Amino acid sequence: MTDRKTVTLNMGPHHPATHGVLRVVLELDGETIVNATPVIGYLHRGIEKICENRTYQQILPLTDRLDYAAASANNMGYCLAVEKLMGIEAPKRAQYLRVIMAEFARIMGHHLWLGTHALDIGAMTVIFYAFRDREMVMAMNEEIAGYRLTPSFIRIGGVAYDATDDFILKVRKFVEWFPKALEGYHQLLTENKIWTTRTMNIGAISAEEAINYGMTGPSLRGAGVAYDVRKVFPYSSYDDFDFKIPVGENGDVYDRYLVRMEEFKQSINIIAQAIENLPSGPVMTDNPWLANPSLSEVQNDLSALIRRFMINAKGVPVPEGELYSAVEGAKGELGFYLVGDGSEHPYRLKIRAPTFYLASALPRLLVGHMVADAIAIIGSLDFVLGEIDR
Amino acid sequence: MEKSDIIVVSKNRGEKGKYVKPFLKGLQYTLGNFFSRPVTVQYPEEKTERSERWRGLHRLNVDEKGELKCVACGLCAAVCPSQAITVVASEEEWGTRHPEKFVVNELRCVFCGFCQEACPKGAISLTKVYEYVNYSREDFLFDISRLKTTGEKWDC
Repeated sequence: MTDRKTVTLNMGPHHPATHGVLRVVLELDGETIVNATPVIGYLHRGIEKICENRTYQQILPLTDRLDYAAASANNMGYCLAVEKLMGIEAPKRAQYLRVIMAEFARIMGHHLWLGTHALDIGAMTVIFYAFRDREMVMAMNEEIAGYRLTPSFIRIGGVAYDATDDFILKVRKFVEWFPKALEGYHQLLTENKIWTTRTMNIGAISAEEAINYGMTGPSLRGAGVAYDVRKVFPYSSYDDFDFKIPVGENGDVYDRYLVRMEEFKQSINIIAQAIENLPSGPVMTDNPWLANPSLSEVQNDLSALIRRFMINAKGVPVPEGELYSAVEGAKGELGFYLVGDGSEHPYRLKIRAPTFYLASALPRLLVGHMVADAIAIIGSLDFVLGEIDR
Repeated sequence: MEKSDIIVVSKNRGEKGKYVKPFLKGLQYTLGNFFSRPVTVQYPEEKTERSERWRGLHRLNVDEKGELKCVACGLCAAVCPSQAITVVASEEEWGTRHPEKFVVNELRCVFCGFCQEACPKGAISLTKVYEYVNYSREDFLFDISRLKTTGEKWDC
């Protein structure tokens, strides 16, 4: 019997390439990984439990802090779940603005992924271009919502404010300019021999296995399964827009990269359509429990004042019932399982974070590869620990 | 989902054996950007303009007479998701209310702006000030005298 010796190596929680506080315990034979165990929970804040004693509106800033790289998509998922339970729908203009914000969130998330993923593998140039363009998206977030990373712009029943002319102008300019920048990313990476050697046939997973692990989003589409919540269960007027779902064939790091790069293009396509066809009308539903009366109304009308006190101090009563509602976040299917008991607080809010399931597939993806490839694989799955640990 | 909705991206996987040409193409992009105007802002010396909706440090607004608009109803404290606001009300003999104590804990605050949306008097608003530095944690408990002057002198 051979005495096979393995070495245990802790990767993380403070490793710069794990994008947060993910810890992976690697068992190494030489430089080959024979076993990998992801350890999570270093960023656990108990968001699901905190939600149980907050009113429905107060939960909104917490959802920003799940996948903080693409915050608006989380706002949208949460708001859609509550709206579905209340049986209301946001006005058309609000839905379009939501789509714009969610696609901006996707672009921001992918920018962060592209920059850091390339930086991990050794292509240092890309992060400068990615962050230059991410800054433009953040400026637009700031213009419409007042905050850059955690906009809290999408509210239950609509959106917080109407779009300004300046915002629309900026979006048009960005839509026109961005395809050129995207071409630049392709020029830097797609055909580069070092890049292809580092990413091709690394961390490959078959479509069937990817489904069994519960992978969603670009990681699943990279394996060849055309599943996108925006197409399969359209929400928030996504069926008004003409866009395509990119899929890969090999399920490796390179295919996941190509899928995300194509998603940039499709997202900018959706934004272009939404901003050109932006309908006119209100941006908040007229449900008296949700529409906060304006300051002048409050100061001249007693009933409006009482309504403002009820909305903000007591909260919105949401009917009894339970439902699951999902949106396509930047990393995959972001689901909210909401149980209401008729009061102003949810009885239970379970968040289906896409990257949690990707983390569970890590042992399968890592085994058999080199340590250096582990960095590429972890980068390609695009973890955000705020979402995994919640 | 229909077949026309799908793009197979892996068709344009890079060809094998090519090394120099893609590498030069990448260098060409970098060189093209080398002569363009830099987008970097030299932060402490230069600052960019914040938007009108920016949610920065809190400010307690005053009326024409220079008195606080706040009537200490406590709605901002009730709506605050992170429980950063403490209000203690006091009432004059003739029934006017004003805050005896109004403390915003800027370390707890998540700058969601719910307090300024809730306030029925327009008394609290979020300014464009985003730089705040102090030596101790206690200094981040902003009281009335501090909140009245947010954005007036060089901040914190």
